[in-house]
Amino acid sequence: MYNFEYNRPASLDDALKALSSGEEVKLMAGGQTLIPTLKQRLAQPSKVVDLSGIAELKGITVEGNAVVIGAMTTHATVAASAEVKAKIPALANLAHGIGDPQVRNRGTLGGSISNNDPAADYPAALMALGATVHTNKRQLAAEDFFAGMFTTALEEDEILTKVSFPVPEKAAYAKFAQPASRYALVGVFVAKTSGGVRVAVTGAGEDGVFRVSDFEAALSKNFAASALDGITVPADGLNTDIHGAADYRAHLIGVMAKRAVQAAG
Amino acid sequence: MAISVSMTVNGKTVSGDVEARTLLVQFLREQLQLTGTHVGCDTSQCGACVVHIDGESVKSCTVLAAQVNGTSVTTIEGLANNGTLHPMQEAFREHHGLQCGFCTPGMVMSAIDLVKTHPKPDEHTIREWLEGNICRCTGYHNIVKAIKAGAEKMSAA
Repeated sequence: MYNFEYNRPASLDDALKALSSGEEVKLMAGGQTLIPTLKQRLAQPSKVVDLSGIAELKGITVEGNAVVIGAMTTHATVAASAEVKAKIPALANLAHGIGDPQVRNRGTLGGSISNNDPAADYPAALMALGATVHTNKRQLAAEDFFAGMFTTALEEDEILTKVSFPVPEKAAYAKFAQPASRYALVGVFVAKTSGGVRVAVTGAGEDGVFRVSDFEAALSKNFAASALDGITVPADGLNTDIHGAADYRAHLIGVMAKRAVQAAG
Repeated sequence: MAISVSMTVNGKTVSGDVEARTLLVQFLREQLQLTGTHVGCDTSQCGACVVHIDGESVKSCTVLAAQVNGTSVTTIEGLANNGTLHPMQEAFREHHGLQCGFCTPGMVMSAIDLVKTHPKPDEHTIREWLEGNICRCTGYHNIVKAIKAGAEKMSAA
């Protein structure tokens, strides 16, 4: 790992100042992706700004019909949260299935979605639940936030602060985990909301998370696994790698979507 | 540029100068000579480097030393009390929960964190919790037995 300057601000304002210092700055949340990336020299920032000292970026609250989670809240905290378990148990389950216990103790919601790994779990939850991403200067719908593989709408001088998840009528996440990494080979989040059913897929798309409108239309009419019989997802635009070919992933999307619908009850 | 860090390690206050890129595991092993914490994979997969930061298990190969400034760190060396093994260590010995022993420090540290939230974990819970700890001797059977017994001992203590 090349050396860098390390900075741990105690407030969002100080973090923004550090971010606009003109150097090549990387923000660090839990570091569970960034530190391995630095070790491999895939990133060589001159300065790392550690956000872990900023109290206002942590915590979980229920505001109206939404669960609001601070960007620096760890996966372990989300998984164990009584509020999340009561309001959106599917989200607690999703957090519980990320990585391993030690990664969940450090890794954060904000870090995960800012990195937007195409196989990360959280992007599927944000897209299916119709979450709103809050930054220091604006609010974005999940759809407008995720902008392709490892890419988001976040600007150079912008810090993600929290995510607001509307509480669905019911929801579930079903993941076919890659056995070694526990990343999603295919993960499908299904949410039944007052505005209809939303289905989001992670792990499969070349451009990261995406929704499946054919599944949504069928499930909005009849929220049952059998409603998906005969509807296939095209393999175009899906990933092929050593773990699975695009057509295999396309098949898995249907299987995992049915499992999610069944789990949602 | 050196960064001064100060923290509690196994109950003692320690301080030192590190580089920003110094990993916690390097600080523990190379500066504090606490070589019980192992580096297996160095890619946050294997769990041989698990230590506790303020009571939570983490992979010390994926945490910067600078990040733990001001915290309390516990390593495998901090478990025994005046020569008496921690109940979890004792259980690993009793149930032969190790073969080559390389993964053992991480297994023990991880197991103790599990018992914090699951005082009497069943086999499934233990196996699921060990997701992030790899034993390349594949001695999981006795590791699971040891953790079950160690948890019972800890809860009884």
